[in-house]
Amino acid sequence: MSDATHTSLMAQSAHTRRRNQAEKRFRAYGLAAIALGLTFLVVLLSTIFYNGVGSFQQSFVNVPVYLDPAKLDKKGNRDIADIKKVSTFAYAPLVQKGLFALIEAHGIETELKKPKDMKKLLSASSTAQVRDYVISNPGQIGETVTFRLLASSRVDGYIKGRVKRADVARDKNINVAQLDLSDAFIKAGVISKEFNLGFITGADASESRPEQAGIGVSMLGSFFMMLVVLGLSLPIGVAASIYLEEFASKNRLTDVIEVNISNLAAVPSIVFGILGLAVFIQFMHLPQSAPLVGGLVLTLMTLPTIIISTRASLKAVPPSIRDAALGIGASKMQTVFHHVLPLAMPGILTGTIIGLAQALGETAPLLLIGMVGYIATNPPDGLASGFLDPNSAMPAQIYEWAKRADPAYYERAWGGIIILLVFLLTMNLIAILLRRRFERRW
Amino acid sequence: MPLHWLVLIVLALSAVGFFMGRGRALQTAGGDRRLLHSLPHYYGANVALSAMVPAFGVMLVWLLAQPLIVNTSIERMIPTEALPEGNTLSLVMSDVRRVAQGLDIAVERGVLSDAEVASLRADETDIRAMLGDVGVALGADVPGPVLEAAKNHRQQTARGAMIMSIAVLVLALIGFAYAFWRTNAQFRARNIVEAGVRALLIMAASLAVLTTLGIILSLIFNTIEFFRLHPAKDFFFGSVWAPSFGGGSELAVLPLLWGTLYISLIALIVAVPVGLFSAIYLSEYAGSKMRAYIKPLIEILAGIPTIVYGLFALLTVGPLLLGLFGSQGLGWMQAGTAVMTAGLVMGIMLIPFVSSLSDDIINAVPQSLRDGSYGLGATKSETIRQVVLPAALPGIVGAILLAASRAIGETMIVVMGAGAAARLSMNPFEAMTTVTAKIVSQLTGDADFASPEALVAFALGMTLFVITLCLNAFALYIVRKYREQYE
Repeated sequence: MSDATHTSLMAQSAHTRRRNQAEKRFRAYGLAAIALGLTFLVVLLSTIFYNGVGSFQQSFVNVPVYLDPAKLDKKGNRDIADIKKVSTFAYAPLVQKGLFALIEAHGIETELKKPKDMKKLLSASSTAQVRDYVISNPGQIGETVTFRLLASSRVDGYIKGRVKRADVARDKNINVAQLDLSDAFIKAGVISKEFNLGFITGADASESRPEQAGIGVSMLGSFFMMLVVLGLSLPIGVAASIYLEEFASKNRLTDVIEVNISNLAAVPSIVFGILGLAVFIQFMHLPQSAPLVGGLVLTLMTLPTIIISTRASLKAVPPSIRDAALGIGASKMQTVFHHVLPLAMPGILTGTIIGLAQALGETAPLLLIGMVGYIATNPPDGLASGFLDPNSAMPAQIYEWAKRADPAYYERAWGGIIILLVFLLTMNLIAILLRRRFERRW
Repeated sequence: MPLHWLVLIVLALSAVGFFMGRGRALQTAGGDRRLLHSLPHYYGANVALSAMVPAFGVMLVWLLAQPLIVNTSIERMIPTEALPEGNTLSLVMSDVRRVAQGLDIAVERGVLSDAEVASLRADETDIRAMLGDVGVALGADVPGPVLEAAKNHRQQTARGAMIMSIAVLVLALIGFAYAFWRTNAQFRARNIVEAGVRALLIMAASLAVLTTLGIILSLIFNTIEFFRLHPAKDFFFGSVWAPSFGGGSELAVLPLLWGTLYISLIALIVAVPVGLFSAIYLSEYAGSKMRAYIKPLIEILAGIPTIVYGLFALLTVGPLLLGLFGSQGLGWMQAGTAVMTAGLVMGIMLIPFVSSLSDDIINAVPQSLRDGSYGLGATKSETIRQVVLPAALPGIVGAILLAASRAIGETMIVVMGAGAAARLSMNPFEAMTTVTAKIVSQLTGDADFASPEALVAFALGMTLFVITLCLNAFALYIVRKYREQYE
């Protein structure tokens, strides 16, 4: 006590200094926490970008292939039925010869002498590509046509820096001589890295051909699922919110419904997957892996989100609007549908878009209704097939790729995430713009 | 009649009904709309709704009920002695449905005629090869009883579909005619239409209750089925999780619960300090400009799908930790998938949950409390620690409980980052598994739903549902009780 009387107002006492230091420390903890949170965000996003951006480029080999009539059309009458009988095995030597011609033309020295050694440079899909071309253009048989063929995933990985020379020793799919040849081909401009449209529009491929896999078909699966979600959850959600907010009297039934909705919003998504499996697939025998079932499950999952945001925007419409409408003789229903609902619409749409974005990124329930593990190779033909035929969805496809053993698929998975995030970002931006543009302060 | 035609006919009928109803109302009023009780379009809407709503209602119920009724009646047809060794009734029934579907396709493509289907004999024709030709692959040859059941299934389904078409059309016509007949100038069309719309609104609102009911029923029935095959005592009190689809598996929830709680604990250890301190800084220290930029940025973390976090755990954090603690580093870790990997990544995911909830709660503490504390000479941090935080504590606890319930229910991160081995261990660098991850692994693949190894997933789902529900209810109760205090 007596100490205090001797302290000067000009100089800080030890006690004050301690307190001020504690203050500074506390503030620094707060800043550090924010910095840590932002660092996580930056690390996460840059990891995604760094790992995934490669999948948007792919190495292609430009090979002139002599379409040998002796091999492709032995009878020489250009009969399409006979040409179709020639399998991809007959095409492989032609493509390999084309590569040898390139080696000679560019004067490249290589120890690879057998045509078979060329096989590992190209994707397994390349022969099928040539065959498809020949079947649709039988007149070209006998000509030399330059094809842009996919390089194999190892060559592609080597060019992108994923496959190192040091790792190749134990790799059955490529050897050092082939990498040397790839280097020479790159120098000669035969192999080039180009924009990979196939990744965005293409279908999933088998485990051994990562260079061919694309996310396009599962994007369509997601699209059809989102159609179901939008078509069901918007009307049902809006109807439910209108009833609860505008009509329901406070009684036990509405209490039960309200508690239910807030609880449903917090139920883990996997439980909705169990519900979908038990009710839609086991009980109703709807087709497994169908976007329709996925859409139904995601609808149930997003309904609480949409109901909660719709109720908030209905609540934000001031009572004076309702009073005025009622005052000039509108019925309660007319008041709601002619006046309150249009005013609340921007808020409702914002909430719906955010709910849709949530549903688009959700994976766990899709695991249970069989949308994972299905190789989505064929795009749906038509509306009914889009809803009912087995398909995958974007997040399910990414999960599927992440499970595969070949590291080339990891690049695809990260690339898929970039596409998924671009969609989510666009949806959220639209929601924000809607809110900015139409939001009214009363 | 195909379903979409039926739907289109009913829709067309109600569209016609709209204009006819409207026209008739105006006609009875002599063309003077002032004499009508309601606006003309209400008369039209009344006819349209009367034609459409009951018809579609019956159609929906019929579509849901018919497969069940047909299945039960077919199940009764299959003699128990006809079941092959080791096959259950549900497996045979799925064969029956598949054969029936194949026959349908065969008839549709003109491979068979209806009369030929009726005279098919399992011992005379190779049904499997024939259905293989039309694209329906079967696992085994079709035995006689299955073929008979499939034929019967087809017949009953076709008959049911026909009766449904007739019933729906008749109902639509009756609704149409009744509403049209009642239409005249004095008819209170608006009241009727509004009552109808109100009923539709109520139905939409009760869908939420139906969903909950669906969840609870599907969990309970399958869980009871599971406990019939596997003693409940072993499930709750056993300590080994070793499913084997050959039978004799040990299915105990304890190792899974331990993994779940351990991972959630690590996630909370990451998320709570970071989230809480950033909430404190944002609400007490940061200026409005910083707040406007930083808060949405941190909340981006909450909008990123969990599959992204899963991939991040599997491909980035796991290998990183393995480099630090693996055989090249400290030697504590065998593989990239571990409790620590999943916990850390889940912690990052939970930061925005903790921070934005705590932010709201800290902001709700009245300014007068802070002013009082400053007036007594306390520094800002002393005020926060000794006044604001104690006042906000119940709410913060609620926020943490909500985050915990999120962590317990999280699936993708643990499926990809935590490993698959169920063990009771204290080492956070070991692979462990969780309730959600095991639900996924037991229910994916072509497992037979009648086996305890698949049914256990429903018991696990029930456990998960009950735990998260209790946590949420408790958290909401605390948050609400606290909010009322200062209002």
